[in-house]
Amino acid sequence: MRRGVMPKIVLAAYLAMLMLPIYWLINLSLRPNEDIVSRMALWPHHPTLEKYFFILNDPTWVHAFGVSLTYVLINTVISVTVALPAAYAFNRFSFIGDKHLFFWLLTNLMAPASVYAMPFFNLYYAVGLFDTVWAVALAHCLFNVPLAVWILEGFIGGVPREIDEAAAIDGYSFPRFFIRIFLPLIANGIGVTAFFCFMFSWVEQLLATTLTATNALPFAAVMTRSYSVSGMDWTLLAAAGVLTMVPGAVVIWFVRNHIAKGFALGRV
Amino acid sequence: MIEKPINNRAWLLVLPVLAFVLFSALLPMMTVVNYSLQDSMGANNFFWNGDAWFRDVLNPSTDIGARFFDALIRNLSFSFAALLIEVPLGIAIALCLPRSGWAVGPCLVLIALPMLIPWNVVGTIWQIFARADIGLFGAAINGLGIPYNDTQDPVAAWITIVIIDVWHWTPLVILLSYAGLRAIPDAFYQAARIDAASRWAVFVNIELPKLQKVLVIAVLLRFMQTFMIYTEPFVVTGGGPGSATTFLSIDLVKIALGQVDLGNAAAMSLIYNLITITLCWIFYTIMTQLDRRRDA
Repeated sequence: MRRGVMPKIVLAAYLAMLMLPIYWLINLSLRPNEDIVSRMALWPHHPTLEKYFFILNDPTWVHAFGVSLTYVLINTVISVTVALPAAYAFNRFSFIGDKHLFFWLLTNLMAPASVYAMPFFNLYYAVGLFDTVWAVALAHCLFNVPLAVWILEGFIGGVPREIDEAAAIDGYSFPRFFIRIFLPLIANGIGVTAFFCFMFSWVEQLLATTLTATNALPFAAVMTRSYSVSGMDWTLLAAAGVLTMVPGAVVIWFVRNHIAKGFALGRV
Repeated sequence: MIEKPINNRAWLLVLPVLAFVLFSALLPMMTVVNYSLQDSMGANNFFWNGDAWFRDVLNPSTDIGARFFDALIRNLSFSFAALLIEVPLGIAIALCLPRSGWAVGPCLVLIALPMLIPWNVVGTIWQIFARADIGLFGAAINGLGIPYNDTQDPVAAWITIVIIDVWHWTPLVILLSYAGLRAIPDAFYQAARIDAASRWAVFVNIELPKLQKVLVIAVLLRFMQTFMIYTEPFVVTGGGPGSATTFLSIDLVKIALGQVDLGNAAAMSLIYNLITITLCWIFYTIMTQLDRRRDA
């Protein structure tokens, strides 16, 4: 298809607008507090990496970063693993209540975390998981599992049914077929799904902070703590904010080609 | 469309999902249902209160009812405004992205970045970024001669929240649309070229129909998220000034934790949840029906 210069200009303008707030965050993270609150500076006049070193050398922050990464990874693995067979079932078979079940799964994406935070606290306290990475990982399954089923179902729809039938004729058992033949075929879908699960678990904090106290304090909770200690430590907050973008950026870099290859969406 | 074989053993494949979701969904939901039907005299003494809380919330002449309907309208207009901007903008940018080449990777990473920032950090960025004295955005708007102050002016606050949401979540629409566009085989474009179809005709007849499925995901997800928005207004405006950005979930937390009025809050959240589900169901049904009709 013929493409002019227009798309490039529009894209460049959009990317510039998109990057401005992020640039501002980086800018803030390099300026001392007094400088931030006293004037507007388009770039840091006396850049300092002091707060970055502070965070990277403070065991509380480092531990919290590890905690966040751990529950996000546990959640991503659980979500994708349990969603795969379910998405296959929804795409390939009709069974009693399938459509209702599918929509019920989606309704779990519609429960506002702000409302259910307290009941969640009661539940995880009662089962003895409170203040562990497992509490957060399991709680995030509430929205990530349905989302994973939804996205994977679309990708599975793009794989022709004949492949299932050919494998059955060749004498493959279902588990062997699913793992050896089917999973490699939807590798793109798994990559994209894992990215979305990672993302939504990483950015969610209301449940993460409600379900933890000291041992499994997530990164975001340590950030909110730094509000109160000495007024607003904007530089520290901004530096921590910049660091929270790093894991996500790494993950998206790995799945960029999968996204570019696209969803082979079967049905909704 | 080929009929799917009926096989009730498929339930076995769905069971793990059911177990994980039910574990976190069932008990918290029942707790809320409990609160909505009982009243408390303090100290965990609960007694049956029937549908009184629900009648309160749904009656606009009561204090709580008026608050509920105000917040509901605020929420609906916010979701509508956000979707109206994000969906067309997202599709347009997806069309502008290069189809191949070295630039694809870096572009996708840059576009995805806003989504990967934890929500309270997003709030923190904009809290400063939108300030008229020390923030670039606020200063720039004021520099253009438009008086702007998101902590004093209700309209500015509301618009700021919309802009934050557009900044934060248009990338989701872009990524999904881009993935959908990449799934269109080249043969379609070649056919269009042979027919000397205009750019607009290609978009309407080839690209838009092929995008429908990803757009259902994008629109539903965006609707749910905008309708449940909490963290950004909480951090940036605190629901104010006045109640300009007090969306339903913010109001709920105020009622439940601020006033410890659990009965009203629980009834309100169930009604709120039901409204979200109903709206999504209507939309979902319309979109899937359209799809079926085209396949038939």
